Amino acid sequence: MTTTSELDSATGQQAAADRAGPVRLRAEHVRLAYSELVVAEDLDFEVLDGAITAVIGPNGCGKSTLLRALGRLMRTSAGQVLLDGKRIERLPTREVAKVLGMLPQSPIAPEGLTVADLVSRGRHPHQAWYRQWSSTDQDVVAEALSWTGMLDLAERPVDRLSGGQKQRAWISMVLAQGTDLLLLDEPTTFLDLAHQVDTLDLIERLHTETGRTVVMVLHDLNLAARYAQRLVAMRDGAIVASGTPTDVLTADLLSDVFELDARVITDPVAATPLVVPVGHRHREQPPHPTST
Amino acid sequence: MSVVAPPRVPGRPPLRIGRRVSGVWRPRSMLVAVLGLAATVLAMAVNIGRGEYPISVLEVLGVLFGGGDEVGRFIVLELRLPRSLTGSLVGVAFAISGAIMQAIARNPLASPDIIGINAGAGAAAVGVIVLGGTYGAVSGLVAVVGVPVAALAGGLLTATLIYLLAYRKGIEGYRLVLIGIGINAVCVSVTSWLLIVADVTDAGRAVVWLNGSLNARGWEHVAPVGLALLVLVPAALLLAFVLGALQFNDDTARGLGIRVNGARTALLLVAVALASVAVASAGPIVFVALVAPQLALRLVGSSRPPLLASATVGAALTVTADLIARTAFGATALPVGIVTAVLGAPFLLYLLARGNREVRV
Repeated sequence: MTTTSELDSATGQQAAADRAGPVRLRAEHVRLAYSELVVAEDLDFEVLDGAITAVIGPNGCGKSTLLRALGRLMRTSAGQVLLDGKRIERLPTREVAKVLGMLPQSPIAPEGLTVADLVSRGRHPHQAWYRQWSSTDQDVVAEALSWTGMLDLAERPVDRLSGGQKQRAWISMVLAQGTDLLLLDEPTTFLDLAHQVDTLDLIERLHTETGRTVVMVLHDLNLAARYAQRLVAMRDGAIVASGTPTDVLTADLLSDVFELDARVITDPVAATPLVVPVGHRHREQPPHPTST
Repeated sequence: MSVVAPPRVPGRPPLRIGRRVSGVWRPRSMLVAVLGLAATVLAMAVNIGRGEYPISVLEVLGVLFGGGDEVGRFIVLELRLPRSLTGSLVGVAFAISGAIMQAIARNPLASPDIIGINAGAGAAAVGVIVLGGTYGAVSGLVAVVGVPVAALAGGLLTATLIYLLAYRKGIEGYRLVLIGIGINAVCVSVTSWLLIVADVTDAGRAVVWLNGSLNARGWEHVAPVGLALLVLVPAALLLAFVLGALQFNDDTARGLGIRVNGARTALLLVAVALASVAVASAGPIVFVALVAPQLALRLVGSSRPPLLASATVGAALTVTADLIARTAFGATALPVGIVTAVLGAPFLLYLLARGNREVRV
């Protein structure tokens, strides 16, 4: 990818977006509210099938809330979330769990739970009280563990793992759930940059090698631009822009959505947009000739 | 991602019966459960052997497994077994109740004896003893039916109150514990008030009952708790299937396809019923529900209290405590609850002193 020109990359992303199949998960005119506090009103959102979508936006803009609504973790107070054309809250939650995997923000594992046991919990929607460890369960869990490189750590308690390993363990769990759709709420929180890249590489491999559809909330705009084919920018509970990273990540949008004075240049490695914040000290200087 | 022969999952050997039934073979959990059962039988044998007419442990075991002479059989089976059997059944009930609640709340302090379920059941029972009036003189129907039913109702009522007060878009362990401790204090005050206004005879009986006593237990006491366990223990074991996923936070559990509120309510209902049945049968014996699951958890080395191992450990603990209560202080036989309290209190302090890793209060 390092030799690809900006143009090729942009058209490549466009092609990926065009290749995407029909919409399996969508929100129509939803109103999202926590009792009195209305987070979003009349919001529409479509999850492009077979693509990685990253939802970006400032703190409190409603990205996580939108993801929770898409994953039927909260009810919409108006409008509807449709999974394969059916209202998601009317579907049996177990059936939804076979199609849609959800990784909440910084999930907690009970103390002493081993990686193998954690990942095996991902099989829950496929199990019954008398069938808790079928040969299919075993195969899928073993595959998920080896896929994320966690097989050697399988017997270690999750609370003794490093941050990056922990995230791999949790991703293994949603992987073992065997769903086509994955909703990940800030999968890189609390990780250092190397482990953020490591985690996103894993998610990208998931997408390219197993064709899973991924929607994730991300804070790091540059990583979002790097790993997602489609960016959705939110502000105050509304979607401000959506499209390829090149279309969405512009200096205007950054100032509009994040109130951030920034230049957008081309990432020298991946040819995706790269956000360079200006900051107070450099504000007076004349704009750099190559900025957009 | 095509792996031809996927490697086995370390630490999770399969246990398969036929083609449909499967689970994880956990030898350590099974071993602790079996050892707990053995300890219970042994403690029961020793407990049954002690008394005005001493019988050797081997002789008791002989009778229990179908042998022995007529006098031995009468003394063991008719006079002494009901006490130990009630003790072990009550231990099982408290332990499973504690194991379920601790797992749901992710907090060892969320045991029925700490958060006021036992105290609520106790207050209701004392209310019947004291306000029922006739108990001091007539021990018949009120004692056998009235007190247990009141304890059951009291336990369920207290649990409902705690649940409603602690519920805020889900149940969080620490809030459940804090509100439970408050409710516990209220129930204890109500009980104290009842004891003060009560007639001296009634109050005396109530105090013995309140300390958790296995005195003068006959087969008529074994039957109700036995029948209740016959229903509640299988229910608990079936529902335990979702217990593992319920240990996560609510969003994660929902993501795995669990109807969190329904599953949790069902499990709490079973746990509260178990604790209330136990209180109804032997009074609010404290600390068994707290200690037994935590002991089993440490022996097994699992992430949540294992139900079967907790059950047998709880039975062994209760019968042993009864043995100590009856025999360690010469002629004075103490109520079993005093011994469990003396043994359990240091354990509670240990849990609190361990700091924030498990006990988040």
